[in-house]
Amino acid sequence: MELIKLTIDNTPVEVEKGTTIYQAAKKIGIKIPALCYMNLEHLGIENRPGGCRICVVEVAGRRNLAPSCSTSVMEGMVVKTNTPKVLNARKTVMELILSDHPKDCLICPSNGKCELQSLAATLGVREIHSVENAAMSTYRKDASPSLKRDMDKCIMCRRCETMCNEVQTVGALSAVNRGFMAVVAPAFEQDLVKSPCTFCGQCVAVCPTGALTEVDDTNKIIRALADPSKTVVVQTAPAVRAALGEEFGLEPGTRVTGKMAAALRRLGFAKVFDTDFAADLTIMEEGTELLDRISKFLKGDKSVKLPILTSCCPAWVNFFETNYPDMLDVPSSAKSPQQMFGAIAKTYFAGKMNVKREDLVVVSVMPCLAKKFECQRDEFKVNGNPDVDYSISTRELAHLIKMANIDFASLPEEDFDQPLGESTGAAVIFGTTGGVIEAAVRTAYEIFTGNKLNKIDFKELRGLEGIRTASIDFNGTMINIGIAHQLGNARKLLDGVRSGMYNFHAIEIMACPGGCVGGAGQPYHHGDSSIIEARHKALYKEDEEKTIRKSHENPYIIKLYEEFLGKPMSETAHHLLHTHYFDKHKV
Amino acid sequence: MAQIKMHLLVCGGTGCRASESKRLVDELNAQLKANNLDEEVKVIITGCFGFCEKGPIVKVIPDNTFYTKVKPEDAEEIVEEHVLKGRKVTRLLYENPETKEHVSDSKHMGFYQKQVRIALRNCGFIDPENIEEYIVRDGYAALGKVLSMTPAEAIDIVKKSGLRGRGGAGFPTGLKWEIASKNKADQKYVVCNADEGDPGAFMDRSILEGDPNSIVEAMAICGYCIGATKGLIYIRAEYPLAIKRLQVAIGQAREFGLLGPKILGSDFDFDIELRYGAGAFVCGEETALIHSMEGKRGEPTIKPPFPAEAGYLGKPSNVNNVETFANIPAIFLKGWEWFSSIGTEKSKGTKVFALAGKINNVGLIEVPMGTTLREVIFEIGGGIKGGKKFKAVQTGGPSGGCLTEQHLDTPIDYDNLVAAGSMMGSGGMIVMDEDDCMVSVAKFYLDFIVEESCGKCAPCRIGNKRMHETLEKICQGKGTMEDLDYLDNLSKVIKDTALCGLGQTSPNPVLSTMQYFRDEYLAHVVDKKCPAGRCKALRSYVINADKCMGCTLCAKNCPTSAITGDKKVPHVIDQSKCIKCGTCYEKCKFGAIEIR
Repeated sequence: MELIKLTIDNTPVEVEKGTTIYQAAKKIGIKIPALCYMNLEHLGIENRPGGCRICVVEVAGRRNLAPSCSTSVMEGMVVKTNTPKVLNARKTVMELILSDHPKDCLICPSNGKCELQSLAATLGVREIHSVENAAMSTYRKDASPSLKRDMDKCIMCRRCETMCNEVQTVGALSAVNRGFMAVVAPAFEQDLVKSPCTFCGQCVAVCPTGALTEVDDTNKIIRALADPSKTVVVQTAPAVRAALGEEFGLEPGTRVTGKMAAALRRLGFAKVFDTDFAADLTIMEEGTELLDRISKFLKGDKSVKLPILTSCCPAWVNFFETNYPDMLDVPSSAKSPQQMFGAIAKTYFAGKMNVKREDLVVVSVMPCLAKKFECQRDEFKVNGNPDVDYSISTRELAHLIKMANIDFASLPEEDFDQPLGESTGAAVIFGTTGGVIEAAVRTAYEIFTGNKLNKIDFKELRGLEGIRTASIDFNGTMINIGIAHQLGNARKLLDGVRSGMYNFHAIEIMACPGGCVGGAGQPYHHGDSSIIEARHKALYKEDEEKTIRKSHENPYIIKLYEEFLGKPMSETAHHLLHTHYFDKHKV
Repeated sequence: MAQIKMHLLVCGGTGCRASESKRLVDELNAQLKANNLDEEVKVIITGCFGFCEKGPIVKVIPDNTFYTKVKPEDAEEIVEEHVLKGRKVTRLLYENPETKEHVSDSKHMGFYQKQVRIALRNCGFIDPENIEEYIVRDGYAALGKVLSMTPAEAIDIVKKSGLRGRGGAGFPTGLKWEIASKNKADQKYVVCNADEGDPGAFMDRSILEGDPNSIVEAMAICGYCIGATKGLIYIRAEYPLAIKRLQVAIGQAREFGLLGPKILGSDFDFDIELRYGAGAFVCGEETALIHSMEGKRGEPTIKPPFPAEAGYLGKPSNVNNVETFANIPAIFLKGWEWFSSIGTEKSKGTKVFALAGKINNVGLIEVPMGTTLREVIFEIGGGIKGGKKFKAVQTGGPSGGCLTEQHLDTPIDYDNLVAAGSMMGSGGMIVMDEDDCMVSVAKFYLDFIVEESCGKCAPCRIGNKRMHETLEKICQGKGTMEDLDYLDNLSKVIKDTALCGLGQTSPNPVLSTMQYFRDEYLAHVVDKKCPAGRCKALRSYVINADKCMGCTLCAKNCPTSAITGDKKVPHVIDQSKCIKCGTCYEKCKFGAIEIR
């Protein structure tokens, strides 16, 4: 390892060769302002187009200013990050960006969360030189079931493009037009719904402005809660509890499960349930399907489709429907926990409560934007009435809590309601990469071998590497498992399966970096991947503290099968808890 | 086979073709056939002669008679008089503007006297679609010579010649080759940048149209030197004739074994493919060019990595401009000592310029580095059109600057032009006279830049748009002193912060005009006047009562009835109704309408 010595703002610093000025400065506590640059270090995701020119610095002997994000250090370099020349350039460029940006900050969905806004404040821009009839670059607005595009607010940081093309390999977004009208858009500036978009929302998760945002459904929830004819119940996904606190100033990774339940009750939900319950149910169905396929395979049935692929992640479902239409019978037919919950709520629970299906409103709180799309799919409706009526993001829930004047910090810790609120540790870890397959292994192992697990934790399945593989010993039968998060890694894994490079029995795939903890509906990470890591750890902690940690031991799940479903993969279960996939190949 | 006694060289460059040189060739051939001369007199379509102002050109060999502005109808006279009877057609000869004497041989014309032609050595001499004509003029001999050397020896010759990149930045070519040669890879590429995009520039096009084989040969030499077996020419699709001639040259070179496997019996394999560009100016920037060739959006990326490390498809690639390559075979044939004896201390050899604007001899010229702007404009260019006063010369294309009277004696080279606030660029040279408004000129170039910015970096994407809007405001008479400060600051920040060469040089026209013509800016902003009378909004038409005869012609033609007056009485223009269309000015027979 070669070390390079340089000075930044008169402070000597020694860094590894290949380090950028930006990173070297960070090491000695100098945070150079940047806008387009984004580095999710823990996840190996970097956006560095060098386009915004905000992070410029003066390098002695260099003719022009250097973009610190993409200029490597050199021996003896003398860098100044805050000379009058640098400050003037930074501020002038910021003024230029703002001169082509709408000034409706007060009513912008990103108000208070906008990186452009806070950077403008940091740089102290107080006025923008006005040119008479100065042009603004404006574009047609576009809304899908999940995401909204208001590209007048695009600053061409290209982060969304990096996420969509390089990280997710979805290819829905890229730069179009030239010069002043250059913008990121689907090909031919079509609507997102006509593009190969999976609605994973990672573009929204990284957008520094209000150009890309989620569809805001909070008003629908407020109206439903105020309607006396409706019984409104809510389910919360596992990853929400590890992130919601951030919206109220708590440290990333703070678990707020009890406060969240209390807040939801105060918002007026008739029952506060947990998607974790449905996660346990998913394990019963998906785990049984896995064992069924493996048993047939081991008996020599060559027609059986292996590896089985998880199907919890709606963006992943959209991805394989678009990109792998020839493999539609490979993923598990089990619905996602959100949809299993809706189906059970509107049948089993509605029956118990004696509420008519159409009078029961099921709301889900998700770390995800693709869930908004998923709950609107036709196959998840009965006579036009959806199993899940509305899906809102973690951010939207935080907004609802604030609007309802609830002081989150002073809330007591409360429990979920029964019967759909009980869950196990296995369900909690659904919220992070590797969690679903670990939960499935815990149950499948015990059912397959007939033995109790000595050790519940399968650490070999955990971590944040994009692609992970492990072999689990099921009493002499080795079960090969693949795990991928981020759709680009999923593509690599799947292509590897196709080419025969891999030989798996089961694969877990999550579209977002880190799994649902890094979902697009979560509080903004603003490029700090340690936040995602903290949420990831929080979920394993929650699992550890649970008394029941295996899905098939959830007493309410056992009761649900006894009272209503019969057994996993029964006809009722098949009808309510399983689905099928469609060829959505485009282009 | 009859002995060929005479050649008629007819310019087949794009400019002369637009003036019917193709039909002229057909007519000449028909006339020769009618006189049974077609066996002994051959008509040859060549590349550009450079003297586009006087095109189409016909040159008669062996007597070197140089006919100008030849129309197809002149074919008969040329054949009957010159070919048959040996009498020159005087009316088609060039007339010396000063002495009014007819000049028969081009070497006695001011336009050609100061020129030294290296890159253009074959343009106008050979049929570009016949490789044998190129070979006769020592074509591919340089490649043969290089193949007997080691790559390092050959690179050393290029280094010693002092050749610098003719695309604009002036990076030493030999050094570039050396870097590319030292990077190890399973595949390397030689890329020829033929994405000429400066408005009014046609140096590269003329070389490709007139001498395509010189580029093919030079690319093969470069391939041998850096260890590449594949060459790519990135050429804009708007150059159909250049594309056709390159295709012909590449095809013939393959037939002759000068491209393909085991060239000239050596172990060296090399072949060339064409890649077409859609005409984006920014694709002349080498990283943008490479992205465009890869099928990606044509926009630059930050260097390093340089193409020599990671270029086309991530492989080491050496990108040189057409004119740079055109010099290569000559350097190997005549030696680096010869080449480096031409030019100035740091800029060796010659440079091709496309002379345009308010100049008598519009055309393509090649002069030794160190020639002064005065020599180029007044001796070669023949001075300003209509005897008007020289005001400025814009060099370096849209990214260059405007130089003035005070720079006329500056020897042209890379460093002097930069020091003066302009640049060499690829070789556009546009001359302006007293009628040109320098604010409008700056606006014109900014307009081009705004159109051609890729939009990747904020200073170029938004800054140039704002500069253009501010210049428009000034031309409208609405500018303020703050606007001038704004332009000044913006220009400097864009120069300092833009990502690529396009953005970093885009404010040059504004900075240089603000520096050298500040009073003209002040006239627009403070006095609300355009001294050159070009800015419509700042113009007012008034009738000089002393000259007006009251003929009523102006009033009859005024589209807004702004002019009133009785017959034989001086007329008056109502300024509130006048839309400044200039009709009255054009119609008045007595020069009574004045622009103020």
